[in-house]
Amino acid sequence: MRPVDSPRFARTLHPGAWWLWALGLAVAASRITNPLLNLVILGVAGFVVMARRSLSPWGNAYGAFLRLGLMIVGVRVILQALLSSQSQGIHVIVDLPSVPLPSWLAGLKLGGLITWEAVLVASYQGLQLATILCCIGAANSLANASRLLRAVPGALYEAGVSAVVALTFAPQLLSDAQRVRSAQRLRGYNAKGLRGFRRMAMPVLEGGLDRSVQLAAAMDSRGYGRATNTSARVRRLSAALLVVGLLAVAVGCYGILTSSAASWTGFPSLGLGGAACVTGLAAGGLGTMRTRYRASPWALPEWAVAGSGLAVAVGVFWVAAGASADVQAYDPMVLPAAPLLVVGVILLGAFPAILAPRPVDGQP
Amino acid sequence: MIWFKDVSVTYPDSGHPTLEHVNIRIDEGQLALVVGPTGSGKSTFLKAINGLVPHFTGGSLTGHVVVDDRDTATNRPRDLADVVGYVGQDPVAGFVTDAVEDELAYSMESLGIAPSTMRRRVEETLDLLGLADLRHRPLSKLSGGERQRVAIGSVLTAQPRILVLDEPTSALDPQAAEEVLAGLQRLVHDLGLTVVLAEHRLERVIQYADEVIRVGGPGRPVTSGAPQTMMQDSPVAPPVVGLGRLMDWSPLPLSVRDARRQAVTLRARLDVLPPPSRPGRAGNGVARMEAMAVTYGSSVALRGVDWDLTAGRVTALMGRNGAGKSTILKALCGLVRPSHGRVRVDGLDPASASAAEVIRHVGLVPQEAGDLLFCDTVAEECRIADKDAHAEPGTCRRLVSRLVPGVEDSQHPRDLSEGQRLVLALSVVLVARPSLVLLDEPTRGLDYLAKAHLVEVLAELRADGHGVVVATHDVELAAEVADEVVVVAEGELVARGPAAEVLVASPAFAPQTAKIVAPLPYLTVSEVAAALRRETCGAG
Repeated sequence: MRPVDSPRFARTLHPGAWWLWALGLAVAASRITNPLLNLVILGVAGFVVMARRSLSPWGNAYGAFLRLGLMIVGVRVILQALLSSQSQGIHVIVDLPSVPLPSWLAGLKLGGLITWEAVLVASYQGLQLATILCCIGAANSLANASRLLRAVPGALYEAGVSAVVALTFAPQLLSDAQRVRSAQRLRGYNAKGLRGFRRMAMPVLEGGLDRSVQLAAAMDSRGYGRATNTSARVRRLSAALLVVGLLAVAVGCYGILTSSAASWTGFPSLGLGGAACVTGLAAGGLGTMRTRYRASPWALPEWAVAGSGLAVAVGVFWVAAGASADVQAYDPMVLPAAPLLVVGVILLGAFPAILAPRPVDGQP
Repeated sequence: MIWFKDVSVTYPDSGHPTLEHVNIRIDEGQLALVVGPTGSGKSTFLKAINGLVPHFTGGSLTGHVVVDDRDTATNRPRDLADVVGYVGQDPVAGFVTDAVEDELAYSMESLGIAPSTMRRRVEETLDLLGLADLRHRPLSKLSGGERQRVAIGSVLTAQPRILVLDEPTSALDPQAAEEVLAGLQRLVHDLGLTVVLAEHRLERVIQYADEVIRVGGPGRPVTSGAPQTMMQDSPVAPPVVGLGRLMDWSPLPLSVRDARRQAVTLRARLDVLPPPSRPGRAGNGVARMEAMAVTYGSSVALRGVDWDLTAGRVTALMGRNGAGKSTILKALCGLVRPSHGRVRVDGLDPASASAAEVIRHVGLVPQEAGDLLFCDTVAEECRIADKDAHAEPGTCRRLVSRLVPGVEDSQHPRDLSEGQRLVLALSVVLVARPSLVLLDEPTRGLDYLAKAHLVEVLAELRADGHGVVVATHDVELAAEVADEVVVVAEGELVARGPAAEVLVASPAFAPQTAKIVAPLPYLTVSEVAAALRRETCGAG
């Protein structure tokens, strides 16, 4: 057994493993409206983040996503309970004076009856959305986004480089804009409105353009694009496979997530699409001689982490296919039970808290 | 190693060649310094070495540039990446990744070098440039000197035999510049690398050069030779050379150490003369800071600054990068609001007053002077400046004509030279006739002539009764122009006093002349020359 196979050997886990785990939880949450179960998922994700988050500035992302999630629940409740005339039930909380709206705004209301049903359904759905979002937040806390971009397959290398460059460019543009704004103040001018925009835009855009040209020169003189000799035909084939594959994956996901679509759109489409994508990526990476510096290994802990996320997703889907009442909250007025089986399946997602190695101090 | 054979370069939109019939050879293991005024074609010369000219920039190149037996006509920059490492003017603009170690590995990944070799070379480069402690640091968290060293390291990992650097120290404070130059020294001496660098701040680099290449601008030949001979009649020269030429020292000293040895008699002569005095006359107070503190979130930029500024004096504000110089300037013109204490300029609180009111009392030329300019022509820029300041139409244009003669109405501000653009921005600020004028790092990218001109302009402002504050790393500028010097460190004023006292006493901020004649309080070559003239007059 290599040291990297041991969960007690401190190192930075492959970012892809964390993302697969988080996506597994998110996919599971997409099938669950039972608020108790969603809270369990939130707890599991938070627990793993606390145990294994990286010490980089990204490490605090989970908290920010949690706050964002709360905001979503609030907005959802306000919009649906107060403004929507449908979703209302019979248990009235309060009867507000209502404002009559024209007939073409049917379905909307201002004021009027507000019922428990509407508030509860809205908060359950808001919670579901918030849970999915927090799973993504957990992935951000646990894995550095730029490391993930570095780990993309060879065929996507160019796209990865552009994304990294964009990630560093955006904050620079922002600080440029701030600098130019204060420069306008130095000319005794408070930049406002369209005219102010023109005054700001020129220097900021010129600065950005200058930097792009300098970056291109630097990349060229450092050998960018030298180690590729993929033929045009292979490149076109790879691109076509990728596009078709991604479309198929999208159709497959749609089929799985909505139970109403025809059965052939589900798993078969997802499988075929995935295969096409993998082939396309492999073909695109064939001719590159480019090498990777300290590529993150994919060892046992990566399998364990990704596997636990996948287990949660598959488990929840399997339960939902058999007895959907276990994961859905059909009657908002009755607090749904939390079936032990489903809770157990979701708890599988907490295993990375022990199965993933600890991150190393000071390493991104 | 590098061979320019009858090289001429012409860019498409210019009527005359930027470089003409250049014949230069740079041998292996040399540190060649390229000097010349702004716009003379220094950058073009450097970019021709790795083929960026003409492959990347366009334009036509006749003749041949041969680098390590490869002709740049048939080799693109990327094909030369393992022979020539090129570091541009702004290292940050050339960074592709976001962490130190990844940046060092980037070139090697592009060249397809085996992972085990990459690993070894990254470790070697980290040690060579003293970057080992920074290896996991994000690039955005590095200081200026560290960034420059990472940029050098990132091209070194491809193991080029030639390193080309465009103004590697001009944006750095003296301490950071020392770090970078020490690193380069090591590369030349230990690895036998050939280094070609362009730099305006000759006083920092001339002592390390084995060869000087002078690029004179259009119509003048490019010449090269030993530093001593080239400096003998060079129109641009650092103070140490200026003093050597004044005193007819032979051989011409290039470092302070050499000059001090030859200056024994000079010091004895100066010792008996009365020390130089600066004509500074203190006027009324224009600005006052009382226990001023500025915080950005949880970080403290200034911790309690008490400072009175008077009219008719030039103050140099010095200190490391990030010490709080810019924050003081921003607080003075109301761009940041102090969290404690107060600032008053002419009795006005700049952070609360309207922008139109503030510019009548205080004007700042920011580090990127171009930020102030946004129009297509100089004339339009001047017209809007008059309007913004509610000044009589034509005021700004008259200022520009007085401060920088030879700027056309129809020129685009971006096509002006660095020096012209700076003075245009200064004129825009001066239109409102502020009593306090602030300049943040004005000499960045200025050549000697532009700097000399800036010194005259600042002296004129002082004579007009403006209070002037210049935040600068450039000790020679401070020596030329400052009446008073204030040193900032960690958000506090740590030294304040007449320029001669503060500069002579500080090892980091002492100008070359002061180092040579220390402990006597002479700051510039012209002060020494004036003293010697008085000596002859007195004797005669």
